[in-house]
Amino acid sequence: MKYETVIGLETHAQLLTASKMFCSCSTKFGNRPNTNICPICTGQPGVLPVVNKKAIELAIKTALVLNCQIAPQSIFARKNYFYPDLPKNYQVSQYELPLAINGYLEIVVNGERRKIGITRVHLEEDAGKLVHKGAARIMGSSESLVDYNRTGTPLMEIVTEPDIRSPLEAKVFMETLQHLLQFIQVCDAKMEEGSLRCDGNISIRPLGATKLGTKTEVKNMNTFRGIQKALEAEEVRHREVIAAGEKIMQETRYFDEITETTKAMRSKEEAHDYRYFPEPDLVPLEPEADWVESIKLNIGELPEQKKSRYIAALGLSAEDAEVLLATPALAKYFEACLELKAPAKAAANWLIGDITAYLNEHEKTITEINFLPAQLAEMLEMIENGAISGKIAKIVLTEALAIGKEIKEIVKEKGLTQVSDEGELVKIIKEVIANNPGPVTQYRQGKTGIIGFLVGQVMKATQGRANPRLVNQLLGKELSKN
Amino acid sequence: MHKKTAHELNKLLAKKESSSQELTTAVFAHLEKVEPKIQAFVTVTKEEALKQAKAADERLKNNDNVTPLTGIPIAIKDNMCTKGILTTCSSKILSNYKPPYDATVVEKLKAAGAVVVGKTNLDEFAMGSSTENSGLHKTYNPWDLNCVPGGSSGGSAAAVAANEAVMATGSDTGGSIRQPAAFCGVVGLKPTYGLVSRYGLVAFASSLDQIGPLTKDVTDTAIMLNVLAGHDKKDSTSVDRPVPDYQKSLVNDIKNLRIGIIKELLGEGIEPKVKESIQQTMKKFEELGAKIMEVSLPTFAYAVATYYLIAPAEASSNLGRYDGVKYGQRSPNSPDLLTMYNNTRAEGFGPEVKRRILIGTYALSAGYYDAFYLKALKVRTVIKNDFERAFQNCDLLLSPTTTSAAFKVGEKSNDPLAMYLSDIATIPVNLAGLPAISLPCGFIDNLPIGLQLIGKAFAEETLLRAAFTYEQNTDWHKRKPSII
Repeated sequence: MKYETVIGLETHAQLLTASKMFCSCSTKFGNRPNTNICPICTGQPGVLPVVNKKAIELAIKTALVLNCQIAPQSIFARKNYFYPDLPKNYQVSQYELPLAINGYLEIVVNGERRKIGITRVHLEEDAGKLVHKGAARIMGSSESLVDYNRTGTPLMEIVTEPDIRSPLEAKVFMETLQHLLQFIQVCDAKMEEGSLRCDGNISIRPLGATKLGTKTEVKNMNTFRGIQKALEAEEVRHREVIAAGEKIMQETRYFDEITETTKAMRSKEEAHDYRYFPEPDLVPLEPEADWVESIKLNIGELPEQKKSRYIAALGLSAEDAEVLLATPALAKYFEACLELKAPAKAAANWLIGDITAYLNEHEKTITEINFLPAQLAEMLEMIENGAISGKIAKIVLTEALAIGKEIKEIVKEKGLTQVSDEGELVKIIKEVIANNPGPVTQYRQGKTGIIGFLVGQVMKATQGRANPRLVNQLLGKELSKN
Repeated sequence: MHKKTAHELNKLLAKKESSSQELTTAVFAHLEKVEPKIQAFVTVTKEEALKQAKAADERLKNNDNVTPLTGIPIAIKDNMCTKGILTTCSSKILSNYKPPYDATVVEKLKAAGAVVVGKTNLDEFAMGSSTENSGLHKTYNPWDLNCVPGGSSGGSAAAVAANEAVMATGSDTGGSIRQPAAFCGVVGLKPTYGLVSRYGLVAFASSLDQIGPLTKDVTDTAIMLNVLAGHDKKDSTSVDRPVPDYQKSLVNDIKNLRIGIIKELLGEGIEPKVKESIQQTMKKFEELGAKIMEVSLPTFAYAVATYYLIAPAEASSNLGRYDGVKYGQRSPNSPDLLTMYNNTRAEGFGPEVKRRILIGTYALSAGYYDAFYLKALKVRTVIKNDFERAFQNCDLLLSPTTTSAAFKVGEKSNDPLAMYLSDIATIPVNLAGLPAISLPCGFIDNLPIGLQLIGKAFAEETLLRAAFTYEQNTDWHKRKPSII
């Protein structure tokens, strides 16, 4: 019998807010333990939560981009369980009435477009971080310390429908989602840092069946590769169990990155009863229609729309457009250049070519360099009006990227201004003609291709500073004289 | 001097006939004399109080931002956070807990210049009706030391009745201000849910808890409410609406006020002598010009059951944080996390708190949620609607605050159900989020009993006017226990 795989994902994205979900503490990453804390996020007796409006805005923005309906009323709920990284021993989340429902995200897998349904988007708070001594987990450790800096960081949960049909699709979904979240600047979406996380629900069923098979939940998928590997391993396990005539047990499983296999964590019977109930300390969330509309208007162009525009209006190749859009910061840089009237194609070429090469070589991102869009625009203008040649520009750019100096300054300092003075060029051309009688004769005998060599000689004599267009023109003129 | 009300003392202080330091010293002298018998306090903060009194005197001297509370010695129920000062909730589990912040009400009272004499005893985490459930010690009724002061704000009510403080804060989840006010012969107001900030009030049942004053008379209630009331951006459930000057509603006139007598609270389960007092009270209101009518609230029959699902459900979650990890007591020598959790909570919580955590956990569990918690929420709405219907024809509702006068220490402590049922008059008010006041309206064998007036949401002014008028025309509030 043929089987198909059915996967649904639960993803968690840390929202890019300056302060936490329910208090004014900073969400900054990397501070000393327990410095970004207050009575509220450490769960002191008597404290109350107050919703961070920015977090709601970012979640609504995401939900709109994921084509969801924004609920006119949603409520927060308490999810009750005991763990030392959860100071109140309940997590404020959303349960029965989430912020948004019924959306979708389009992904492209092996050239085929797939629409993945989004069940819900909701808000919740993150837990803290435990550090153990003497063991990897709290069980068996001699002592465990807790850092509440992360406690209360706003998290957005995005849950998909069971619409994903392969581990590869799951990986592509997460990549597409990551790209989108980064693009609309709601989350920095770094899986390796945990700002984007995901758990997978997987089952298999006979091809054509409508009823879902028994699912297992897979946790600890921390990289894109991990997502695919974990779900592949679990897919194989399901097929083997069913082929052996046995049944899949509903359970939560843990992906071991080293062996690339999944291990049972807890069965359905051992699953927590979270005793969800409406959070009485918060009032229902009722985003005003005007506010939602203004968030919608401020979303701006999405990657797909930008791509079409780059190709149709700016004349970029599909490939170049994709490269630019793959890194949101690069696209942003590109558009800043356009605003400064830089020629689109040339700007794209330099960005994808020399600048990206520099970034790769030095392991930097576009936001980490001292070369601003204004500088690139200026350089492109200098090339266009003949002040420098493309070749000189390459040299100057390398220096500008390395030391962060102004292009004009470098050009001036090194005397690299293009020679466009006809008198001076004719003088040099005459010397080149005199010094290369052989090629000159060949040219005059009709082997006009040799002109390239002669142009090269002129460029060499001017250390590349001669205006190539002018050299071609003047050389032709001189050679035709006898 | 310690016997006077805040508004009387206020005049003395304003005229410089006395100082806050003199007054505070007098209060402590009296407190030290009666406290061994009453045991109203968990913590007495004499040193801080004298400093605050000195600062208040400076304010009074310079006429700098003087309020009706400047220099007045008050007591704070020990479930309201006080920065750097023990806040135990009368629980062993928090017996060493010093909050890093002040509750909003504490902040406001301090800013008004009030002098905090100490923190008062309560039923552990405000769960109880006699203060016998305190995990620390019992408190005794100043009118009869063999009787309970009521609860859970028993310490606050007893302290005010025994003149150990001029006024006190209480919190009321199912009657915890009004019932001890009735038992101790003082005035207690539970404001409309959302009128007073809950920030810093250690939560028992978040959707029901509300802070309010316990005072010697209605005027002092208005004075304290003026300080407590108002929107707090730290409490999302506090309501953003203008706060009137409640002292302005102290008018001796209730002509044509329509008062509904709750039929269900004058029937079975109410002591005959309580009934008699209420009937006389009705007559008094009639004499004063009010229109009296009988009102039926049939859903009251379900109020106690509804309350004992909703309140414990919320409490089971609210009390999750007492786990020995961050603050409070931790059971030593536990080999692993689960044992530490179990031992800490087993040793730290008393039997009533455990009972309610169990009831609440059960009511929220998968498979029981719909039948218990959700059903209770629905009944709560029905009770609310019942009140709304009653208020279509009247301005206030009237009932006894309690089914009897104060009972003997130990009398009901082995019968939790009897204890729960005695709160039948106060519980429905919390479920509906309405304001209600209890004030003295008679005595049974030298033990005070209370009259409860219930108002529409945010109609504290009407409540205060009716209560003030009744007080001006009766002498019940003038009778004092012999211990003072």
